[in-house]
Amino acid sequence: MSDENEVMSTEDRLIYMANQIARNVAALGEVEAVAMTADHIRAFWDPAMKQRIAVLATARPDALSPIAAAAVGRIMAP
Amino acid sequence: MSYTRETDHGTPPAIATGKSVTLTIDGQPVTMPEGTSIMRAASLTGCSIPKLCATDNVESFGSCRLCLVEVEGRGGYPASCTTPIAEGMVVRTQSERLKQLRRGVMELYISDHPLDCLTCPANGDCELQEQAGAVGLRDVRYGYDGATNMGQAKDQSNPYFDFDPSKCIVCSRCVRACDEVQGTFALTIEGRGFDSKVAPSQGQDFLSSECVSCGACVQACPTATLTEKKVVEVGTPDRAVVTTCAYCGVGCTFRAEMRGEELVRMVPWKDGKANRGHSCVKGRFAWGYAQHRDRILNPMIRASVDEPWREVSWEEAIAHTASEFRRIQAKYGTRSIGGITSSRCTNEETFLVQKLIRQGFGNNNVDTCARVCHSPTGYGLKTTFGTSAGTQDFDSVMQADVILVIGANPTDGHPVFASRMKKRLRQGAKLIVIDPRRIDLVKSPHVEADHHLPLRPGTNVAMLTALAHVIVTEKLYDEAFIRERCDWDEFAEWADFVSEPQRSPEAVEPLTGVSAEEVRMAARLYATGGDAAIYYGLGVTEHSQGSSTVMAIANLAMATGNIGREGVGVNPLRGQNNVQGACDMGSFPHELSGYRHVSDDAARGQFEQAWGVTLDAEPGLRIPNMLDAATDGTFKGIFIQGEDILQSDPNTHHVAAGLAAMECVVVQDLFLNETANYAHVFLPGSTFLEKDGTFTNAERRIQRVRKVMAPLNGFEDWEIVQLVAQAMGLGWSYAHPSEIMDEIAALTPTFAGVHYDRLEEEGSLQWPANDAAPDGTPTMHIDGFVRGKGKFVVTDYVPTDEKTGPRFPLLLTTGRILSQYNVGAQTRRTANEAWHAEDRLEIHPTDAENRGINDGDWVSLKSRAGETSLRALITERVAPGVVYTTFHHPDTQANVITTDYSDWATNCPEYKVTAVQVMRSNGPSDWQRDYASQARQSRRIAPLEAAE
Repeated sequence: MSDENEVMSTEDRLIYMANQIARNVAALGEVEAVAMTADHIRAFWDPAMKQRIAVLATARPDALSPIAAAAVGRIMAP
Repeated sequence: MSYTRETDHGTPPAIATGKSVTLTIDGQPVTMPEGTSIMRAASLTGCSIPKLCATDNVESFGSCRLCLVEVEGRGGYPASCTTPIAEGMVVRTQSERLKQLRRGVMELYISDHPLDCLTCPANGDCELQEQAGAVGLRDVRYGYDGATNMGQAKDQSNPYFDFDPSKCIVCSRCVRACDEVQGTFALTIEGRGFDSKVAPSQGQDFLSSECVSCGACVQACPTATLTEKKVVEVGTPDRAVVTTCAYCGVGCTFRAEMRGEELVRMVPWKDGKANRGHSCVKGRFAWGYAQHRDRILNPMIRASVDEPWREVSWEEAIAHTASEFRRIQAKYGTRSIGGITSSRCTNEETFLVQKLIRQGFGNNNVDTCARVCHSPTGYGLKTTFGTSAGTQDFDSVMQADVILVIGANPTDGHPVFASRMKKRLRQGAKLIVIDPRRIDLVKSPHVEADHHLPLRPGTNVAMLTALAHVIVTEKLYDEAFIRERCDWDEFAEWADFVSEPQRSPEAVEPLTGVSAEEVRMAARLYATGGDAAIYYGLGVTEHSQGSSTVMAIANLAMATGNIGREGVGVNPLRGQNNVQGACDMGSFPHELSGYRHVSDDAARGQFEQAWGVTLDAEPGLRIPNMLDAATDGTFKGIFIQGEDILQSDPNTHHVAAGLAAMECVVVQDLFLNETANYAHVFLPGSTFLEKDGTFTNAERRIQRVRKVMAPLNGFEDWEIVQLVAQAMGLGWSYAHPSEIMDEIAALTPTFAGVHYDRLEEEGSLQWPANDAAPDGTPTMHIDGFVRGKGKFVVTDYVPTDEKTGPRFPLLLTTGRILSQYNVGAQTRRTANEAWHAEDRLEIHPTDAENRGINDGDWVSLKSRAGETSLRALITERVAPGVVYTTFHHPDTQANVITTDYSDWATNCPEYKVTAVQVMRSNGPSDWQRDYASQARQSRRIAPLEAAE
């Protein structure tokens, strides 16, 4: 993070949170990390947050880490 | 209960050996545990031997010589307090010779004691007076001429009690209480013989001495020498009601001693299982906030936060609240409103608020202050053990051989428990402290840490993994325990992970700043030193890896077999008086009461059947997400009971923006707190003295809160929530909190056996309390973990994103102090201000010198989030590069500085790691001045219009 006073927008915060979960479970290996990240978001995020991250995953494909992106994809899969 | 003093058996119970002894006392056979004193054995059978220097919470001293008895076959007249019972012993407690000896002793005492009983504050409540009567003292042959100690000046420096040395009989009870019970060693007997006198510290007055004002000396004093000022002012109590303290998670129980409806004093209850008859300055003395002039007693509303408040009737306030919430939902949707339960209110009240939100609002937008403190405990311990709570009771510490304290400062945050911990340490238990600061436990009278690991803030997981590395690579783990109680494959995976060279103490030393050798020694001590217990606090949880740290702690305990019996365990030191209870009651947006996920069809179905509605199966919003949604325009109303998010939550600007964006903020509280600056409805709350209910402490112990006076605001808090629910169309009709607890018991398996009549019988119950554990559960996971097998979780160290740099080179961490409590809403409105009237910034001498800062100078404290100013305190308790402050005073605005970074799993804020710069300043910052002005504006209450 830079030294400037950067206020995270809600969207930035959602992306940050998803990436943060992914980073913290990455040591489990990719398969398990994706599953854990998906389970975590499913269990703890409210529906509007889940919908929003799904939209962001499409609108800003480079913002989410590979694990986070895969997890979001799994949540919204039919 | 009417007023009777609790029976004092004179000496503590003997250490249990399992054996009994039978003797004869005054012709009656008596059987007692081996090691019991004659005095205690007699007292337990109803025979009261006169005494003055003995009291049953300190070891006997044998100085007053009043308690002499005759023992057949033994010469002389042994003191019954220092003489243990023996098999076949024959004791006489009364004889002509004993009467003479006792009268002689009393004559000596009274010859140097004022004879002003009728005007003395202890009149009727004085053991000296009582013993003079008991021994039949009629005259003092020595007369009253000559030198006396009666002319000594009083020390009235302490705001809560007086010290009148002219009445002192130098029994040393106060000195021994300060030593043995409190562990501060602030008092001594100065001088010898006739010149002996009680002296605080180096002959200072009480206020400027090391005394921490716990009240143990006042409680121990048998005369009026140490007396509560309130007793001096009002008189002695005439009734007592046992209730539970409303400050911290220790959950001390007190006798609220009353004179009519006026509280005279709070005296620790000897049968209190959490505090065992001890107290701290807050619970013992700092209850005056209940009658403070700042207390709001009438409901108020306003259309806009720029307007002054308008006092209204309860009917109008409640109707307005209900109609506003329904209006907002009609306009913005069902999920556009929510609430925050209070961790200071009772279990019953918390249950009702989450019920109001789930049943009434129709969503799961409920959260609680555990979000900002121990939510990682809930996540971490549920994942590893299966239960979101600590594993032991407080008594367990007395069996520990090794105590590891990490991220906690119990002498300040949980003082009554800390006193017990220090007692165990003085008995020889070893101590490891992992904390960036040199907390008091590291070195204080008769207590010294064997290892202090002053790690750099933000490196907990690296440190704990390094400890694990040592335990695994040096094969110090308990394989038998792991194979039996845990998943071996998960252990093996975890063991491989922690064994990697980059996780060794040597490899992480540059990160943590702690010598590898010290880490290795600490690890070996924890693993091999005997029964080892871990105690932790917010220095563990309030980090971006808070949940990982909790799981790392659980990993260590499982790896070494330190679970499932007394003297071991994982012990989160929960902060608030009922934060454990608030979590138990379903205050989290993803869980119903008893920690069952809202998506659990069976659990949710039970509630749906009981409440007659379909409940939302999707998790709701956490507090930080509520604020985000508010600024996005989708969250517009909130009901906040007993919580001050504007002062206590991080990044004040963000909180203010969120509150300002809402259309209806309802605050139920005692005072116009900082959050109320943004409120549209204020519902005045009741204090713990004015309601019935229960609190659950850090031991999972459910204890009664009993009403001792009528609520000044007119309603108990649960009644107010019921009124709101009824106004919103819910047909609630609770007549008493016991009915609410019955509903909790019916819907919550871990509480199934909790009812008020059981609590009356048992005094308290530790959940789970149900058919499987009808008497409650002091120690958890004895035969198996709640989840079955204990789960080892790989916890990789992920550095925080909050980095120091050239502009922000220091790290700020925060904490608490003994005399103030959290945001200070209660303690700032008591005489505790005498000890901590402002928050200070602790800074190392080197950092201060580099900046030209002297002790007491105003400094600006700036981070990427904001800036504030406060005065510096130069100390070596913090390491170079680290600064520390408390957050008890709203004008400090400490949370203007803290950031939005939070725990990955729970969003618990990373209060403990903020990159800052410190520079000299001229005084309060512009923000502080503007904020103070805005707060004053916001607190205006319009005068009532005169009646026609």
